[in-house]
Amino acid sequence: MALDKTVRDVQAACRGIEDGMTVMLGGFGLCGIPECSIGELARTGVKDLTCISNNAGVDDFGLGLLLKTRQIKKMIASYVGENDEFERQMLSGELDVDLIPQGSLAERCRAGGAGIPAFFTPAGYGTEIAEGKEVREFDGKPHILESALTADFAIVKAWKGDTAGNLIYKATARNFNPAMATAGRITIAEVEELVPVGELDPGQIHTPGIFVQRIFQGAQYERRIEQRTVAPASNESKG
Amino acid sequence: MLDKIGIAKRIAQELENGTYVNLGIGIPTLVANLVPEGMNVEFQSENGILGMGPFPTDADVDADLINAGKQTITALPGAVYFDSAASFAMIRGRHVQLTVLGAMEVSQQGDIANWKIPGRLVKGMGGAMDLVASAENIVVAMMHTNKHGESKLLSSCSLPLTGVACVKRIVTNLAVLDVKDGVFHLVERAPGVSVQDIQAATAGDLVVPAEVPEMQI
Repeated sequence: MALDKTVRDVQAACRGIEDGMTVMLGGFGLCGIPECSIGELARTGVKDLTCISNNAGVDDFGLGLLLKTRQIKKMIASYVGENDEFERQMLSGELDVDLIPQGSLAERCRAGGAGIPAFFTPAGYGTEIAEGKEVREFDGKPHILESALTADFAIVKAWKGDTAGNLIYKATARNFNPAMATAGRITIAEVEELVPVGELDPGQIHTPGIFVQRIFQGAQYERRIEQRTVAPASNESKG
Repeated sequence: MLDKIGIAKRIAQELENGTYVNLGIGIPTLVANLVPEGMNVEFQSENGILGMGPFPTDADVDADLINAGKQTITALPGAVYFDSAASFAMIRGRHVQLTVLGAMEVSQQGDIANWKIPGRLVKGMGGAMDLVASAENIVVAMMHTNKHGESKLLSSCSLPLTGVACVKRIVTNLAVLDVKDGVFHLVERAPGVSVQDIQAATAGDLVVPAEVPEMQI
């Protein structure tokens, strides 16, 4: 019988996240971020976190909320451009920042969840990212050694999930969530709609519940848009 | 001299039927709207979509459907969504045939710098390092000189690199140039631009053939 991964609410889901821990958070920009759990972390005030996430939110949403309250000690990301408070803390040295090529970040999470301790990639060879890393040639092309990433907690956001922790993401809100879901010692999934087992088509599930330890339905979702770009309704070819 | 739309129009001529293409942020994004009639290409956005369509109408805006520039988009029939690890498998695994991206500097060895200016704020490389390390064909779209009037085509890059020996072709407001055998080769000049103008704006070594055709835009 399917295991039951449900927890009552966001408070129960985030229990055990303590000062100094490493937390992975899914999302690309503000798309597909676990917004309820981030709100809960801001509420509890847990601090000195190392956060692994592709981006760092904006000033008043996403991980920007935890930056504002200085709860993040170190940020591991690929692009952090949209946040004034982030810039201020980085320039003043309050915040430690490790920038990683986006594909390497995704693969390092995937590797972390897949039991692959390290891998060679061509990305970043010949750049400052390669400094101090082992270089090896394969088929005449130089590659650098990148290590796997894991976290004390991985927090992902899905569109639908069932009580067994099986997850389905919507559109491009999938992004880093599936790889990160595999790389948490404890993985928390927050979903817009939690359904009983048997309701999801097993062939359509993106993240199998084996990777998820806790699942809950978020109370509400703002799903904020970072760059709202629209075409005029009368002219479909424009864009 | 070309404006940004002109550069994008010239880059659109680089598209090959039946290929997968990744467009970077800025001028490259404009190329999506300038695909020649009858040309069938599919655009990949590294945040997780193949078959990216135009911007949505106001009624169709979906917070869960964006491109790598975080802009709201639509999905064309046949589109597919995937996770970031799969996205970069497509890129690293050379399943994406053409990458178009912007640059701060390009060297005559084909090195590219486009992510960091020392002493200024570092925003990160995003997917650029993975893209330039792996695409079969990398075309740079940029202005020939920076806002101080200094050449962006150099014998070697002064800024921190994004990738080495990867750029094949550069389209600027002044010219189309190829990178081959450690030098720039002038291929075409923009309308109203002389070979001398291009030579004056190119700091790196430039090979000029006897005939330099004008771009057909």
